[in-house]
Amino acid sequence: MSLLSTPETTVKDMAAALVAPRSRSVRERAFELTLLVMTLFALVVLVVLLVDILVDGFARLDLAFLTSYSSRNPDETGIRTGLTGTLSLMVLTALFSFPLGIAAAIYLEVFAPDNRFTRLMQVNIANLAGVPSVVYGLLASAVFVYILGFGRVLLSGVMALTLLILPVIIVASREAIRAVPPSIMNGALALGATPWQATYKQVLPVAMPGVFTGTILALSRAVGETAPILVAGAVFSRRADNVPWRIFEPFGAVPIQIYDFVKRPQEAFQTEAAAAAIIVLMSVLLLMNTTAITLRNRYRQRL
Amino acid sequence: MSGPPSGSAPLDLRPSSSRLGERVIMKGLLLAGSVSILTTLAIVFILLEEGLRFFASVSVVDFFTDTAWRPFGDPESEAFRVGILPLINGTLLVTAIAMIVAIPLGLGAAAYLSEYAPERIRRKIKPSLEVLAGVPTVVLGYFALTFVTPLIRTVFPEGTIQIFNALSAGIVVGIMVVPTVASLAEDAMSAVPNGLRQAAYGMGATRSTVVRKVVAPAALSGIVSAIILGMGRAIGETMIVAIAAGNLPTMTLNPGDQVQTMTGYIVQAVGGEASRGSLTYQSIFAVGIVLFTMTFSLNLLAQRFVRRFREVYE
Repeated sequence: MSLLSTPETTVKDMAAALVAPRSRSVRERAFELTLLVMTLFALVVLVVLLVDILVDGFARLDLAFLTSYSSRNPDETGIRTGLTGTLSLMVLTALFSFPLGIAAAIYLEVFAPDNRFTRLMQVNIANLAGVPSVVYGLLASAVFVYILGFGRVLLSGVMALTLLILPVIIVASREAIRAVPPSIMNGALALGATPWQATYKQVLPVAMPGVFTGTILALSRAVGETAPILVAGAVFSRRADNVPWRIFEPFGAVPIQIYDFVKRPQEAFQTEAAAAAIIVLMSVLLLMNTTAITLRNRYRQRL
Repeated sequence: MSGPPSGSAPLDLRPSSSRLGERVIMKGLLLAGSVSILTTLAIVFILLEEGLRFFASVSVVDFFTDTAWRPFGDPESEAFRVGILPLINGTLLVTAIAMIVAIPLGLGAAAYLSEYAPERIRRKIKPSLEVLAGVPTVVLGYFALTFVTPLIRTVFPEGTIQIFNALSAGIVVGIMVVPTVASLAEDAMSAVPNGLRQAAYGMGATRSTVVRKVVAPAALSGIVSAIILGMGRAIGETMIVAIAAGNLPTMTLNPGDQVQTMTGYIVQAVGGEASRGSLTYQSIFAVGIVLFTMTFSLNLLAQRFVRRFREVYE
């Protein structure tokens, strides 16, 4: 579900321009200007935010900051724990959420019968998207940390994030599958392919770039999340690296370290180290989003 | 999410495959689809399970009427009080401030994008709003604490705004909610049929009149649902309030005061490593029940409104 889809409004634009020529009355201009200012206000805040972070954190950012474990001395502290944790979380969350998400999307979009259970599933997915992320932390804490007894470990964090972004991936994948022309499916079926063969061999390859785009965007949301993994047991610091194959170890994450830095009273932590860590986090997100958008654009050209 | 799945599957594909392998795959796909339902059930189950244990030791009436929230330490002591009202107070105060910011900004942006902006400008603004929506909330929390708070402390007279306060957190939560409100409200406004606009123009209405008197009322249910969903987001927002609003549960309507929200408490209590089985750990889930109920009912309400405007125009 792309938050801001582009509706087809060009025709409306032209029609409006034809019937409603630009009014010269002061009230009309003032109204339009007010709306424009309101629109730009949030974007100005965004720019201020980015500049503020760069100003606060850029000087603090160096290689040692990336490769050091956290320390009580703000000049020596680093986000190595968080970086390795975030990368491990990202890899494992992708591993779990991608197959689950696309399978659910295929089911709902291609095979699901039109019955009450299917409708319940759809309503439910829409509702899950509105559940506060911290609640997923509670879920992971109760189910994975305690009932299944994993403890406050990487796997528990991964489960919190997987369940959190699953609805997002399902919705995006469904849109990608829906965008595949039905003729592709029908052609395969007409040639004697079974429904699954037609889906797997013909429809999915065409839908894949869209699915990837949606998954990467969802993952970038997971990477920026703090509350669910904090509740699921992420630690502020540890003097060891996280790797995706040690799923039963304590784990950190960059957002968790940012939260830790911000909470400390010393300025060198609260502004400088925190801002430097934010620059790192935002760079990772920027990279992921650029990848997703590049994929999306290439895909658009092909269709 | 509208209506039954269709479009890409014009044929009924279900009974056509008799192969065992395919039927196994179908079951697997169904299972994956069911994970989301299991998630919801699991959320409800764990909230009730831990929450009910909490209410075995605390009366529901006290929980909803007592005005102090100090669920730490020995449950037998005098200082131990578990009235959720201060947390609800904090949540609603922050949410109210957030909506005062988000409703005008979000609806203004929606109206501009839907009714005024040329395609060229729209294509620039919408992705930028998406970027804003993608900023991690811990980053917004940092911004609230280290930029917005010092700013409002210089604007207001000294001593009226505490270092941690509801105002700063509320403003930034409001900014966070703007893209949600703007995007959903714009969808609703864009869905208003052009005939309505043209009829109004034909009767001599100006553009601003059309926006205010034709488009806005016609898109009302969509706009209301955008606001409700935005409110749900604000209530569930965690990191901004955990960082900037403080962690002192207070019964106050003063935006300059330190408050604690329900989400803020959950984060604080978990950070304190409340062990399972303790009343403190269970209290997190009791708060979770209230939080989940509030956001879930807002969601359902919003969906009801969306359905109404879809029925009218689609």
